[in-house]
Amino acid sequence: MAEVLFFLAGIGAIAGAIGVVAVRNPFFSVLALVSHLLCLAALFLLLRAEFVAAAQVVVYAGAVMVLYVFVVAYVGGQDEPLGPRAGNGLKGLSLMFGAVLFIELCVATLGSGLQLIDSNGTPVPDDFGSAQGIGRLLLTTYLLPFEVASFLLLIAAVGAVVLARRRGGMSSAEDQARYTAMDLLRPAYTGTMAEGVGGRRRLPAAAAAAAPAAPAAPAAPAAPAEDA
Amino acid sequence: MDIGWYLAVSALIFTIGAGGVLTRRSPLVILLCLELMLNAANLALIAFSRMHGNADGQIFAIIVMVVAACEVTIGLGIIVAMHRRRLPIDVDEMRELQG
Repeated sequence: MAEVLFFLAGIGAIAGAIGVVAVRNPFFSVLALVSHLLCLAALFLLLRAEFVAAAQVVVYAGAVMVLYVFVVAYVGGQDEPLGPRAGNGLKGLSLMFGAVLFIELCVATLGSGLQLIDSNGTPVPDDFGSAQGIGRLLLTTYLLPFEVASFLLLIAAVGAVVLARRRGGMSSAEDQARYTAMDLLRPAYTGTMAEGVGGRRRLPAAAAAAAPAAPAAPAAPAAPAEDA
Repeated sequence: MDIGWYLAVSALIFTIGAGGVLTRRSPLVILLCLELMLNAANLALIAFSRMHGNADGQIFAIIVMVVAACEVTIGLGIIVAMHRRRLPIDVDEMRELQG
């Protein structure tokens, strides 16, 4: 039973990987990667890594791939020719590099002489790979890597916002011509998205001049961030 | 199944990912191939974790997933910024890091 499942999931994973590389449209590449990740989660389950398999399906195949689909739809997944522009030599060279890498990896892992490599692995306790076991390890032995990883995620989130924001403020000209009642009632610098990224406050000049009572508002709003 | 079979699958997936990084030109697809390579490494880590009966390798795999998510976030942010500035989405034409 385990053998059948292994071969099904393994062939699915390899087919998905080939699909990612060989399909011309980036959108279909993303879909192939989703199927590859699902098959890989099945392999993780066969290796008694239940928590990692669940995290793989939820985080990877769910969240990260949705991010990919959004970016492909935004950038516009234009088809690209698969081969290099000039000559076929570079492609042949890279395929040869891939073959050499595969042989080297097989030699390094399968030929390592590890005694357990031809077995099903050592017997493991019942909570091996469960959320309980992983959680205990993460909060005792590996507490520092856990915290560093969370900090890394925070840095990446801030970095993505800084990288992908629209330069020169959030509001375009037609956005500035449109006002709501909240724009007139709210004091300056009380937290709109436009102000957060350095944009101008959406308030007409006449209304700003007619409302000098706001004490916190400086004379000039913050200059929009320019391109470096 | 023997652990060796899992390692062979992992090596094959890693090779496919490396070939994709070398041959494709769209940075989106290159990021996808990087994901393939990271996942192959994850599979090897979990196979070795099962082989030794020690769950530390699974912690490694989780940390690798976190790092992969960060890398995807930054990479896609760069691609969106390139698209905003009307730069070509092609690594052959984007040879210089200077803006």
